[in-house]
Amino acid sequence: MSSSAVHSLWTTAAEGKLDKIPAPHIEYAQLAPTLIVVGAAIVGILVEAFVPRRSRYYVQVFLSVVALAAAFAAVVGLAAGGYGTTKAHIAAMGAIAVDGPALFLQGTILLASIVAVFTFAERRLDPVAHGNKVDSFAAQAASVPGSDSEKAAVKAGFTTTEVFPLALFAISGMLVFPSANDLLTLFVALEVFSLPLYLLCALARRKRLMSQEAAVKYFLLGAFSSAFLLFGIALLYGYAGSVSYATIADVVSGSVQNVNPALAGTMGNDALLLIGGAMILMGLLFKVGAVPFHMWTPDVYQGAPTPVTGFMAAATKVAAFGALLRLLYVVLPGMSWDWRPVMWGVAIITMLGGAVVAITQTDIKRLLAYSSIAHAGFILAGVIATNADGISSVLFYLGAYSFVTIGAFAVVTLVRDAGGEATHLSKWAGLGRRSPLVAAVFAVFLLAFAGIPLTSGFSGKFAVFKAAAEGGAGALVVVGVVSSAVAAFFYIRVIVLMFFSEPKADGPTVAVPSPLTMTAIGVGVAVTLVLGVAPQYFLDLAHSAGVFVR
Amino acid sequence: MDNLIALLIAAPLLGAAVLLCGGRRLDGIGHWLGTLLAGASFVLGAVLFVDMLDRSAGHRTVTKHLFSWVPVEGFQADVGFQLDQLSMTFVLLITGVGTLIHIYSIGYMEHDENRRRFFGYLNLFLAAMLLLVLADNYLLLYVGWEGVGLASYLLIGFWQHKPSAATAAKKAFLVNRVGDMGLSIAIMVMFTTFGSFTFPAVLGGADGASSGRNTAIGLMLLLAACGKSAQVPLQSWLGDAMEGPTPVSALIHAATMVTAGVYLITRSGAVFNAVPDVQTVVVIVGGVTLLFGAIVGCAKDDIKKALAGSTMSQIGYMILATGLGPIGYAFAIMHLVTHGFFKAGLFLGAGSVMHGMNDEVDMRKYGGLRKYMPVTFVTFGLGYLAIIGFPGLSGFFSKDKIIEAAFAKGGTEGWILGAVTLLGAAITAYYMTRVMILTFFGEERWKHAKTPSPDQPSVEPAAETHGAHDEPHPHESPKSMTIPMIVLAFGSVFAGGIFGIGDRFVKWLEPITSFSHGDSPVGQWTVTAATIVCLLVGVGLAIAQYGRGPVPVVAPRGSLLTRAARRDLLQDDFNHVVLVRGGEHLTRSLVYLDHSLVDGVVNGTAASVGGLSGRLRKLQNGFARSYAVSMFGGAVVIIAATLLMRAV
Repeated sequence: MSSSAVHSLWTTAAEGKLDKIPAPHIEYAQLAPTLIVVGAAIVGILVEAFVPRRSRYYVQVFLSVVALAAAFAAVVGLAAGGYGTTKAHIAAMGAIAVDGPALFLQGTILLASIVAVFTFAERRLDPVAHGNKVDSFAAQAASVPGSDSEKAAVKAGFTTTEVFPLALFAISGMLVFPSANDLLTLFVALEVFSLPLYLLCALARRKRLMSQEAAVKYFLLGAFSSAFLLFGIALLYGYAGSVSYATIADVVSGSVQNVNPALAGTMGNDALLLIGGAMILMGLLFKVGAVPFHMWTPDVYQGAPTPVTGFMAAATKVAAFGALLRLLYVVLPGMSWDWRPVMWGVAIITMLGGAVVAITQTDIKRLLAYSSIAHAGFILAGVIATNADGISSVLFYLGAYSFVTIGAFAVVTLVRDAGGEATHLSKWAGLGRRSPLVAAVFAVFLLAFAGIPLTSGFSGKFAVFKAAAEGGAGALVVVGVVSSAVAAFFYIRVIVLMFFSEPKADGPTVAVPSPLTMTAIGVGVAVTLVLGVAPQYFLDLAHSAGVFVR
Repeated sequence: MDNLIALLIAAPLLGAAVLLCGGRRLDGIGHWLGTLLAGASFVLGAVLFVDMLDRSAGHRTVTKHLFSWVPVEGFQADVGFQLDQLSMTFVLLITGVGTLIHIYSIGYMEHDENRRRFFGYLNLFLAAMLLLVLADNYLLLYVGWEGVGLASYLLIGFWQHKPSAATAAKKAFLVNRVGDMGLSIAIMVMFTTFGSFTFPAVLGGADGASSGRNTAIGLMLLLAACGKSAQVPLQSWLGDAMEGPTPVSALIHAATMVTAGVYLITRSGAVFNAVPDVQTVVVIVGGVTLLFGAIVGCAKDDIKKALAGSTMSQIGYMILATGLGPIGYAFAIMHLVTHGFFKAGLFLGAGSVMHGMNDEVDMRKYGGLRKYMPVTFVTFGLGYLAIIGFPGLSGFFSKDKIIEAAFAKGGTEGWILGAVTLLGAAITAYYMTRVMILTFFGEERWKHAKTPSPDQPSVEPAAETHGAHDEPHPHESPKSMTIPMIVLAFGSVFAGGIFGIGDRFVKWLEPITSFSHGDSPVGQWTVTAATIVCLLVGVGLAIAQYGRGPVPVVAPRGSLLTRAARRDLLQDDFNHVVLVRGGEHLTRSLVYLDHSLVDGVVNGTAASVGGLSGRLRKLQNGFARSYAVSMFGGAVVIIAATLLMRAV
């Protein structure tokens, strides 16, 4: 950047006549889903402040579920009003897109979140402590693990009901993330949903040190990746002179030049575009857990409270892939020749890496973490398709995958021994003999992960691979199928372990959950089977929602 | 009227469904229901026959489209029927003989506790066989083809508590599978060649198709015919199939199912006519089987197996006739029908003899039975005269015509075929006379058949008990058994004359099979005279050998040929050495390959993936700093790659 350009950058704002800042025009109705969730989160904080401790849990659960349901109703209302198709447009002064993919993903996030909140609210699994029913979260997050204050907090029957507003904040960020239509909104949304998640990860009631370690790792690496993202945003701004998706896309395609005279020195510099674009991609790939930005995943999935893991694995992935899709399909289609080969490589090592490393895992939560990495690779294959089917198949896959994931982690919360959840695989041996129903349900989820026909996993995988093959990524499909075969090994291995091994004498017990977790698992199984047996309606829905507005 | 065609099949099908699904509560009426529905089918057939006769020869074909079976674009399969003179002939034979054998079985199977199931299977067979001959396309024909195979399997193995019956059923099923494969391949080739498998499309298009295609279709159809009709080289199952109840042998393994191959070749005449080379193969197969079956029939002491050899041989005549082309089709079918009468009659007679002889099948333990079973003797005797071609009886007209047609083929070929058929006639006369003498004439060897045992010191037979060691009490069979035999005997006597005199049958079939006289180098009467001479030679030899002295109860060792013939001319040994051993070797080497090579590759891959997994896992060391380095490295690589892509 030449010195005169830098000079003009500094002086333009000062010398120019400042207009009055116009009041932004905000379409509140179209932003209703996000606004409802944010509002409920704020109310939730007030509840923490003003409602007596005894009632907080009930008020928070009620508030969260109602808010999420209302937000989902708003999404459905918008979709029914045609905002997903004909009336799709950019709202809030160009910051938020209201279109098919956004609404579809918001709906998916909200439904998954409702189910996840059910698992958050479960209070029957842990034994009653000092006459108080307890959930999966620490009695008092601020107390040092093993200290007297922790014991006092447990004895007093404290519960961290803040998890509900925290989750609502995270959800609000996730709702904005896939619909963000400029880079700054994207970044703000990212932080809005990341920060509460860091906190939630640290809140496990059992194995608190591990939980806190996971949270710190997640926070450090998350901050690291945010820095990359932010730097990438700055570089793209330097290239295009704007943070708006549409403008950047126009500059990339060459139809608009000289957007911002103040940046004349840097605008159109392809190096900025390429480096900036790659860095933003990297930030998003971190969130979806793609290799080599995946290393936080196993540690965090293992350490976080299992309901949070399920929530994170499902909803974060949906939001992050939504943002990734929009970035690649709206902002950077003009340079798809540049990013496609790179994404090819990322997809291949993600699929293979996730599947291969999962083989030697001995902890069920880590196993599912690697499984989620492999699935990120499969979804990336659909993203790379760069055709209409690519969008719709990814949308479908995300919907199918999120319910399987939450259901699977919900089952993990049920298998317990004296130390809490019994996550070591050896303890699952013979589970099918002791608790056939739980084992059978888990087997259904595993088969769905493996992509066996008549489960949603098969429909989703078939859709993304078909899109990828039609998009000219045949080799990617081959790698995907090979990884699926490798992955099938460790999924089936767990089934074999559950049904064909002798139960251990000191094996875990299966806790009988409240209707909340039962509902979560039941919804997971139902969605898995419905999308597996009769996926056409939902495929059509995803297809009709699969057009980005620009 | 054409709606009746579907009913024709539906009646026995309904019977099969009701009898097989109805359970034990139908035990009391099952056999009546089965017989009634078979009879109903015959009546329907007769009505349709009368209706057909009302129309002129060119307008007798009726088609009936029932429903669309596989309505896929580019692949249309329909369920439709075609009733013409050819299928009408079969319908009357199948339902007529079938009904008679149902009646016979009422008596024959009286003491079997599974009689209802037996009738269910018989009805199933009738339905499948009718479907086979009435289908208007090859795919539907294939359904019937498999259906009769299934019924045959179930009925051969009806007494599955006997290991021999179970094995025989399995053998028949497996050997037939080879033939069925031929039919399915033929249908596939038809579809790729003509884009359809309806009779009009295939037969009408055969002339225009390449000779390679026609050859493939023809050979595959011949393979199918060999399997179903027990022709060399797929003949080995028929002898063993005699393990089934005798009515089954009469209906399925003599009169109807085994003739399906003749039907198939006649029906597909246009394909065979287009490729004379394949016709030559057909003729060879027929000729070889003709002699093969006859020789086997000479050596067997088991009355049913002797008759089975005869069946094989007679069908050889028919196949040979079909191989002659338009000269022979009509005669093949005519012999098929007369054979249906007399061979069914012979089997029923054999069943009647066995019924009276404690299920003894060894003819060396019969003898002099004509006094004890007069009706059986007379009807069996008429069947015997018919099959050897005694002038004036059915077999005379039909077999004589085939021999004439064989000569009419012309050239050296004609002479060879003529000689083979004449030789066959002589052998037929020989072995049938042998059966006749051993069973009904001579010494009453069964009186000495009882082996004295220390447990039963008394020579006095226990009254009314039927143990294996008891001396048999030959007696005439009940009316339900004799009446069908009498009816069939009428057919054996008169059918040939009715068909043959004035070429009635040829004219009846001519619109379907076409007909040509050929040019015989020898006169019609010369052939007839030669046939009669052969007949007399055969009969004379048999009388000389068996009629003049006592027949040993235990078979003598016999010549090499006799011993080979007793072992079905070593067919099973051949199959065992070549196919079974070969198959076992193939399997073993494949298993070895699977264990060493395939498993090796699979296990090796699994092990290397596992090892890789273990190493990669170490990268996940739990330190956030290492993770950050990995991310940074990834970012560098991605950025570098992106820039590189642009540079390249």
